[in-house]
Amino acid sequence: MATSQKKMFTVTACFLCASMLFGCSNNGGTSASPPPGGGATPTPQKSDAPQPAETAKKTITITYRDDGTGENGTLYKWIKAVSSSYPNKNVEIKPTPIQASEGDYFAKIALALKSKDTAPDIVTEDTFMLNSDASAGFLTPLDDRLKGWEDWSNGSFIEAMKKGVTASDGKIYGVPYNTDSRGLWYNKQIFKQVGLPEDWKPKNWDEVLNAARTVKQKAANDVVPIWMNMGKATGEATSMQTYEMLLYGTGERLFDDASSKWIVKSQGILDALTFVDTVNKEKLGPPLSKVLNGQAGNSATREYLPKGKLAISLDGSWITGNYLPTGAAPWPEYKDVLGFAPMPTSKGQAPGSITLAGGWALSIPSNAKNKDEAWDFIKYALNKENTKKLVIASGNITVRADVAKDPEYTKMPFNDIATQYLQNAEFRPARDKYPEVSTQIQTMVEAVATGTSPADAQKKYQQDVTRIVGENNVIVK
Amino acid sequence: MSSAAIPLSSGKRKHPTWIYYLFPSVAVMLVFFVYPILLTFFYSFTNLALTGESAKELKFVGLDNYIRMFADPSVKISIWNTLVFLFGSAVVGQQVLGFIIAILMKHKNKTFRRAIGTVVLAGWVTPEIVCALCLYSFFADEGTLNALLAFFGIHTVAWLYTVPMLTIILANIWHGTAFSMLVFQAALDDVPQEIEEAALVDGASKWKILTTIILPYIKGTITTNMMLVTLQTLGVFGLIYAMTGGGPGTATTTLPIFMYNQAFVNYQLGYGTAISLLLLLMGVVLSLFYIRSLKE
Repeated sequence: MATSQKKMFTVTACFLCASMLFGCSNNGGTSASPPPGGGATPTPQKSDAPQPAETAKKTITITYRDDGTGENGTLYKWIKAVSSSYPNKNVEIKPTPIQASEGDYFAKIALALKSKDTAPDIVTEDTFMLNSDASAGFLTPLDDRLKGWEDWSNGSFIEAMKKGVTASDGKIYGVPYNTDSRGLWYNKQIFKQVGLPEDWKPKNWDEVLNAARTVKQKAANDVVPIWMNMGKATGEATSMQTYEMLLYGTGERLFDDASSKWIVKSQGILDALTFVDTVNKEKLGPPLSKVLNGQAGNSATREYLPKGKLAISLDGSWITGNYLPTGAAPWPEYKDVLGFAPMPTSKGQAPGSITLAGGWALSIPSNAKNKDEAWDFIKYALNKENTKKLVIASGNITVRADVAKDPEYTKMPFNDIATQYLQNAEFRPARDKYPEVSTQIQTMVEAVATGTSPADAQKKYQQDVTRIVGENNVIVK
Repeated sequence: MSSAAIPLSSGKRKHPTWIYYLFPSVAVMLVFFVYPILLTFFYSFTNLALTGESAKELKFVGLDNYIRMFADPSVKISIWNTLVFLFGSAVVGQQVLGFIIAILMKHKNKTFRRAIGTVVLAGWVTPEIVCALCLYSFFADEGTLNALLAFFGIHTVAWLYTVPMLTIILANIWHGTAFSMLVFQAALDDVPQEIEEAALVDGASKWKILTTIILPYIKGTITTNMMLVTLQTLGVFGLIYAMTGGGPGTATTTLPIFMYNQAFVNYQLGYGTAISLLLLLMGVVLSLFYIRSLKE
C-alpha cells in the first residue's frame, strides 16, 4: 500500500512539474505579450519581428465610469471617435472603464489613483469629488498648463463653470466637459388629462404639492404623482437632485461661506425634510420599495416617465439623453410629451426658482505616467467640436460658450431652457468633507422617507456632521 | 471537521525535519493572515481615509475611532441586526432545519435520501451572490412569490421592504442549511443502532429516544456545527448587500454592511477597520462560548 502511494506521489509530482514547465515555456514563447486586458493576442511569430513604430507608441489610458452599457456607452463611443481622429498617431488612447455604481466609482478611483501602478493618465472626475481627491493629493494642478491654452482664457469656456473645478486651495484640477441643471420634468399628457396647465410653472412648493395631489385624485391609480430620489442607494442623486434642490430653495445653504462652517441645524433643513415627509405621508411619491433601491433613478426616467406612469419628476437635465435613438430607452415623442419646469423656491421668494449645477471634468492624476501626452489629448478632446459631440450624445449641457451658441446644440430639445436655468445655479460646497456630509444627507432623507420625524432626522444629521467636520466647524441657525 | 489523527512517521527521528517543512506554511500564514490582522489593528487607531485631506497624511488618532464607535447609535442597531440575523438564520434556521431534515431522512432508502439531499444541496453549491439574486427575484415586488400570490388572488406584499430581515434570514437558511444537514447526517449515522433498538424494545417513544439518546450522543457535533455556522453567518456580506443593501433605512444593516459603508461609501477606512475588529471580537467571544459549552 505504502509503495503504491509513493508511486502515486512521484507520478503526481512529475506531472505537476511538467505542467508547470509547460506553462512557463508557453509564456516564454509569447514573451512580447500584450498588455493585460488588451484585445487581440499577437501570435509568437509576429512578435519576433521588429516593429520600430510600435515601440515608440505611448499608451494614454482614460478611466471613466461604465454603468453597464460597455461598448454602447456614450463615453466609450466618444473616446473611440476622438482617438481615431487624434492627429498624433504616436499616441494610443485606451479606454479603461471602471464598471461600478455611481457611489462605488468614487471609491474605486480613489483606490486606483493612490498607486503609480494603477493610476490612469486621465480620469473623469465628478466635480463634487474633485476637491476631496485634490486634497488627498491624487490630482495634478493644471494652472500652469491652462495658462498656455488659448481656449481657456479667450472666453470659450463659460466663466462660472471654472468655479466647479477649482479646489479650496484656489488651484484648478480639471477641465470641465459637461454640466447640468435640475428642475421638474412633467408629463404634459397626464397634466392635460387631470386639468393642469400644459405650460406649467409652479410659483412655490405648495403649487408643486397641489399639482401632485390633483394627479393623485384624478389620474389612474398606477400613476405616481411625484418622484424624487429619497434613498441612500441612489447616493448623490438623493443629496443633489432632491435635498439640495429643496434646501437651497428655502434660502438656506449647506455651508456658510461667511463663517466657513457647515450649517447643521436650521429652519431650512426642517422645511426641506418636511417637504419629503409630506410627499410620503400623503402617498404622493412612488412606493418606498421602488424608490429606496439603487435603480430608482433609472426606473423613474427609463420606465415610469416614458410609459405615462409618472406625472412629475424632480431630476436633472440629462435624463433626455436616455430618450435619444442611441440612448438606453429611446422615446422619440419625448420632446412633445415632456415639459421641464423650473423648481420654485419654497415660498416663491427671490430669485423665484433654483437649480444646482454639477458636472464632470477630465483630470490628470498625480501618479499618471504620461502627463504631457495626457494634457495634449485633453486639449484636443475638449475642443469645441469634440465637446459638442459629447454633450449632444449624452444629453448634458455644455460648459463652453461657443458650443452653447452652436445651432446643432441649440436645436436639441430642452437644451436652451436647461441652460437658462443655470443663471440661478448654485454649486455644492467646494470642501473636501462634502462627500462625507453628502452620505449623511442621504441617511437623513431616507430616514424621513421611512417615517422618522424631520426633527429627529435633523438631530442625527447634526450629530453625525459635527463628528465628521469637528465641533469648531459647525454652526446652528 | 475531520477528527481522524494522522500518525507522524517522522516522530521517531532525532532531528524533527518536519519543522522545516512547516516553514513555507508559517511564512504564508504570517504574510497573509497575521500581518493583515496586525495592520488592521494599527489602522483602527488612525484616521486612514480613501480620499480627502486625511488620505494624504496618516495620523494616529488614539482611541477616537473606538469612542466614536460606542457613541454611534448605528453601531448598536448593526450589532442588534447582526444578532437577530445570526439567531434567526444560523441558530434556529440552518441548525434546527438541518437537523430536522437529517433526522427525517434517517433510515429512509438511498434513492430518497439522494433526491432530498440534492435539492437541499442546491442552495449550498449556489454561490452567495447567485443565491442573493435568485432570492431577490423571488421576493421582489414583481417577483415569483408575488406572482404566485396574485395568481391565487391573494394580496401581494413588498417583501423586501416590509419584512426585509425575514427575507435575508430565509435566504441565508436556503443557502446554508445543507451544510448542517450533512454534518448531522454523518453524526446520526454514528449513533449505534443497537441502543436505539434496545430502547424501542423497552417501550420508549420516538421522542424519548430523540431527547435522551440521540441528542446527548451527538451533543459535540451540535456545538461544533453551531460554532461553524455562526462564524460563517457572522461574515455574510454579499447576500445581504445584493438583496437589500442594508436597507430600507437600517433594517438589515448588519456589522459587515455597516463596516463596508463606513469604509467605502463614507471613505473612512480607519473607522471601518475599527468596526471590523469589533466583528472579530464578536466571533471570538461566540467561539469561546461554544468551546466552553463543549467541555461541560
